[in-house]
Amino acid sequence: MTMEEISKLGPQAAYEAHLAEGRFMIQRAASTGEYVFWPKVTSPSGATDLEWVAAKGTGHIHAITVNRARAGSWNVALVELDEGVRMMSTLPDVETAEIGAPVRARIETTEEGPRVVFDLIAEDAA
Amino acid sequence: MSMDTMRGKSAIVGMATAGVGEAPGFSAMELLGQATVKAVNDAGVKLSDIDGVFAATSSHAFPTMSVVEYLGLKPRFFDGTNVGGSSFELHLLQATMALEAGLCEVALICYGSNQRTAGGRLVSMSEPQWHETPYKPRHPITAYALATSRHMAQYGTRREDLADVALAARGWANLNPEAFARGPLTKDEVMSARMISDPLSKSDCCLVTDGAAACILVRADKAKDLPGKPVYFMGAGAANYHRSIVAMPDLTTTAAAESGPRAMEMAGVSQKDIDVVMVYDAFTINTILFLEDLGFCPKGEGGRFVQDGRIAPGGELAVNTNGGGLSCVHPGMYGLFLIAEAVAQIRGDAGDRQQADCNIALCHGNGGTLSSQCTAILCSEAAL
Repeated sequence: MTMEEISKLGPQAAYEAHLAEGRFMIQRAASTGEYVFWPKVTSPSGATDLEWVAAKGTGHIHAITVNRARAGSWNVALVELDEGVRMMSTLPDVETAEIGAPVRARIETTEEGPRVVFDLIAEDAA
Repeated sequence: MSMDTMRGKSAIVGMATAGVGEAPGFSAMELLGQATVKAVNDAGVKLSDIDGVFAATSSHAFPTMSVVEYLGLKPRFFDGTNVGGSSFELHLLQATMALEAGLCEVALICYGSNQRTAGGRLVSMSEPQWHETPYKPRHPITAYALATSRHMAQYGTRREDLADVALAARGWANLNPEAFARGPLTKDEVMSARMISDPLSKSDCCLVTDGAAACILVRADKAKDLPGKPVYFMGAGAANYHRSIVAMPDLTTTAAAESGPRAMEMAGVSQKDIDVVMVYDAFTINTILFLEDLGFCPKGEGGRFVQDGRIAPGGELAVNTNGGGLSCVHPGMYGLFLIAEAVAQIRGDAGDRQQADCNIALCHGNGGTLSSQCTAILCSEAAL
């Protein structure tokens, strides 16, 4: 999908279209500088001049749990991006992680489609 | 109508439950119907007197319509606001407004569920959130576990503290013949329960039961003409910031920090005046969060506050005296059962778990994933 086509979509569809093209994009209000996630038609202060910007991709673990089922375990985390917004995600390569641990985003392709997941950033690299 | 004119303006004159625990062979609406008939009899009114209907369930898209048809009612005011388990504390506020405005004379608040015998798991009409779906959260527990992880990291709350909440609930349930989960429970058993969503184990989760409840509310001046001991509406307040746990501003502070003070301001009471505290314990962390947010202990101290049996029978503060969602009953949306226990305590009908001189009870409902928070305060005539 071209940028022109994506620009005509609603916020949810646009986010998913960017993701399908390999881009992790979040919204920022041009007038107020507020970042918005998950994607919406307005910022909390009422700004509607929302633009898509590439997420920096770094953040830290705000909260984390490990769901345990007979079929296996997987973690679910709330990641706070450096832009200050929070999103639900997972760290596919580890069982769990410490709250506060620095993480970096990547796009993972699954059977259900692309999703943003995170990897721990080694302390010395952080 | 201002806030201070609502205090004491309505009264619960009938209250009943039905099918608490297991009710094989009965539908959700049949249990709701049984509870309503019992509540109407308790109040000394007739079904046909009901002209205001307030309902929310986990299995009816249009709960007031379904209730009206099933019971053959012809209400002139109805409200099916669904804010999950907190719906019924909000319905108390809405029904009081409707009664005071003259929109109805006899209000019914009702709920029914057969989730245990129908499927044995939580029944919910809650739709998935598209931005969460790729990560396969198992709500509601995943959301509550995330909040627990944050409380532990920020305030040093331990799994042992969560266990104290579960043990206190069981202690109360053992004094309540209607409670579903009764019998001895040790800290070792709680601590070794199967982990479901770290750090929450099976012992941190509420029950999955059947159950229905119904409540009849009239204006306070009319309550005096009815046979039973009225339990008065003293105040209520609501607050809500989010739907998805992703959007909860502070995972360690719920909107109860606003709904509680609003309700207490309307009621003209403070924490020290409350004789029984009923908080929606869908998970053990809820009790800790709500005791903090409602001001019974400082923020972050909830884990330490519940230690050493402080909220168990014989402790300093009587919390969830029916055994709670953890050990008494949890049929999906538990909020009306908080009110049922508060009414039993204020009427002096609570048997072995009766609190001496119980005049004021606080009911705190929680809906969604720590989302909607609604607090209601009830009292005896003496406390008005």
